[in-house]
Amino acid sequence: MKVSITVNGAPREAEVAPNTLLVELLRGSFGLTGTHVGCDTSQCGACTVRLDGKAVKSCTVLAAQAEGCEVTTIEGLGAPGALHPLQAAFQETHALQCGFCTPGMIMGALDLIESGERLDEASVRAGLDGNYCRCTGYHNIVRAVLLAAGANA
Amino acid sequence: MQDFAYHRPRSIADAVSLRRSAADGSYLAGGMTLIPTLKQRLAAPSDLVDLGALGELAGVRLESGMMTIGAMTRHAVVAASQDARRAIPALAALAGQIGDAQVRNRGTIGGSVANSDPAADYPAAVIALGATIRTDRREIAADGYFRGLFETALEPGELIREIAFPVPARAAYRKFRHPASRYAVAGVFVADFGGSRVRVGVTGAGPCAFRWSALEHALSSALDPAAANGAPLDHGRFNSDLAASAEFRAQLVRVMAKRALESLSG
Repeated sequence: MKVSITVNGAPREAEVAPNTLLVELLRGSFGLTGTHVGCDTSQCGACTVRLDGKAVKSCTVLAAQAEGCEVTTIEGLGAPGALHPLQAAFQETHALQCGFCTPGMIMGALDLIESGERLDEASVRAGLDGNYCRCTGYHNIVRAVLLAAGANA
Repeated sequence: MQDFAYHRPRSIADAVSLRRSAADGSYLAGGMTLIPTLKQRLAAPSDLVDLGALGELAGVRLESGMMTIGAMTRHAVVAASQDARRAIPALAALAGQIGDAQVRNRGTIGGSVANSDPAADYPAAVIALGATIRTDRREIAADGYFRGLFETALEPGELIREIAFPVPARAAYRKFRHPASRYAVAGVFVADFGGSRVRVGVTGAGPCAFRWSALEHALSSALDPAAANGAPLDHGRFNSDLAASAEFRAQLVRVMAKRALESLSG
């Protein structure tokens, strides 16, 4: 079947089997390998992307379900030399060790920041409940999100 | 994941008819349970009928003492809904405690209620508020709806359209959440409709959500949280697993009920 979606602002099409996952479409068909598959059981959040502006785990969405939707991946945020404020904050506070969870963390954190909710350490930790860092580098990740949110600059 | 035929109908009638003509079909709502189940090959339907394009199934409506939530309304939408937060704040708060943020952005109330996971949150509210489940063919009262482990009164192919919740005077939900899955190890929803009409819904403990009638009876004379200590509670059929034994779950149900009741009077 054919799937047409907008990825990072550009219209894309691909021929997929009905049981193709969104993350497989992004990585396999479109070569956007910044979105990682960690657990593949919708626990870890490494595959988090934005689907019509909301953070979702792309290992638990069928590519077909994203038909007509807008998808934003980590590649759509910033580029070397022109980092998104969240990416810059992760660099600034040393919020990554192995880096595997980082794209998912950033895509999840974007939702939090754009929610307009007043963020503090507790709300960032609760908001990123669905993202695991197996280096257990949570402390600096929380600092990065607060820095990007302007809450703790 | 095994292969299946995928359908994305544009009307409820088409969805029901596609499901009926499938050899072994399944509706796909938010997919937060179904997709992991397909991956583990615990289910292998011949056809998936995706309800994602049925905009008429989404939304929160408040009218004449009833709050009606469309089956495809995402948990995050209920949690943030001004109507929900004003009319039944305990229900909005419950929705905000389901899973994690990403799950709440996809998961739907209809999917949760159709699935009847023993540890899901919404069923406790459906029971305690005495909700009505409106399907493509009839209305089902909460009391006869949950039948057992992943079992409901829904007939094969029956589609939930919306769920209507009577607005109580006050309500509260407390759960002991599993630290990894965030499902309820035990959860209790208490709804006070005034005039000593109190309903208590329990989830996480038994094969499916149920009313704790003995506590309701005890509360009908006085809304005393201590009633949760002694009201008869048969844990003979309670779940026993890595997270908690049946006996511990029974104790958690008492404590969650007490906390919910305390927050009502507080």
